[in-house]
Amino acid sequence: MQPPDVRSCAMMGAERRGMENGAAIGGGMHEHGGDRGWNPYAAGAGAGVLSTISVWIAGKYFGASTTFVTSAGMIEKALDAERVARMPYFLKEIPRVDWQWMFVAGILLGSLISALGSGSFRWQAVPPMWEGRFGPGTARRAVAAFLGGLVAIFGARLAGGCPSGHGLSGSIQLAVSGFLSLACFLAGGILAARFLYERRDGK
Amino acid sequence: MKTLAFGLLTGVFFGFLLQRARVLRYEKQLGMLRLEDMTVIKFMVSAVLTGMAGTHVLYDLGLAQPSIKPTILGANAIGGLIFGAGWALLGYCPGTAVGAVGEGRLDALWGVLGMLAGAALFAEVYPALAQTVMVWGNLGGVTLPGILGASHWVVVGCMAGGGVALCLWFERKGL
Repeated sequence: MQPPDVRSCAMMGAERRGMENGAAIGGGMHEHGGDRGWNPYAAGAGAGVLSTISVWIAGKYFGASTTFVTSAGMIEKALDAERVARMPYFLKEIPRVDWQWMFVAGILLGSLISALGSGSFRWQAVPPMWEGRFGPGTARRAVAAFLGGLVAIFGARLAGGCPSGHGLSGSIQLAVSGFLSLACFLAGGILAARFLYERRDGK
Repeated sequence: MKTLAFGLLTGVFFGFLLQRARVLRYEKQLGMLRLEDMTVIKFMVSAVLTGMAGTHVLYDLGLAQPSIKPTILGANAIGGLIFGAGWALLGYCPGTAVGAVGEGRLDALWGVLGMLAGAALFAEVYPALAQTVMVWGNLGGVTLPGILGASHWVVVGCMAGGGVALCLWFERKGL
């Protein structure tokens, strides 16, 4: 851990620089003045150990996208319980607070603790990279984020998982579905990102 | 109850690691999709290789059971590509969107709301999809060692070699 006072002062400027030259971040095997977070290989290895412990002790593999189904189901149940009780998808994915729901809630809490503890918490409605391409409008960003989330979860549920369930948990088990889905996530994402950012880059 | 508590605790540690590695950020996710900053891939490769070794040790010792999602070529590929398009527009995946809300990213909150709407929409059209795209090319719960007829440790070894080579290449290119 780094001294919090020094960090919070240096944070804004250092982060903006880091965002402008997207490359080189996290490249070295050591931190640069503590303002660029943990080495991604070390943090990733920690996540790998954590997933192993979870499989060992709880018998649970990481995943996130089903939680949006169970949450949507719980909201719909409050509005029309009888209808939800008849829907095949909610018979398959029962709308209730389960292990994964708590896991996803924990991600929010863990991120909040880490962000507050390291002085990197910041309210932000428009990411700088987005602003550089599409302008500072918060409404525009909100609509895009909403639509992006809608499309992403639809695709994830069709594919049977997201980068956590397929990408991480599928791959660690050497499941063909995991590698295939991850490859398609990245292929779709790279194509769409190229389309979104192409004019500015002149690609 | 114990299961729920364990889920929360595991999530807290995972969220902490994701935030400390800075991979929850739009710039990191789009940096990867624009092939400019591979921090997220480095995190993923390291997590997958470590988890891969760990879980296969558990399988060999009989301490855990695999939970393999079926390979359905149509659903995995079409769903995967659709997911990718939404991912690029939102700039967070489902787990990282929730994590990004935790570090104050309000656009991620709109993404989470969109995901709830998308999940509700999927539940509406599921009966039609379940009989079409979601059965196209269903190979069942296959694994690479199963298809190749090789020991899982041979495959884990190849994956480790490939993953390390990929990351070394990223480092050399300064990505």
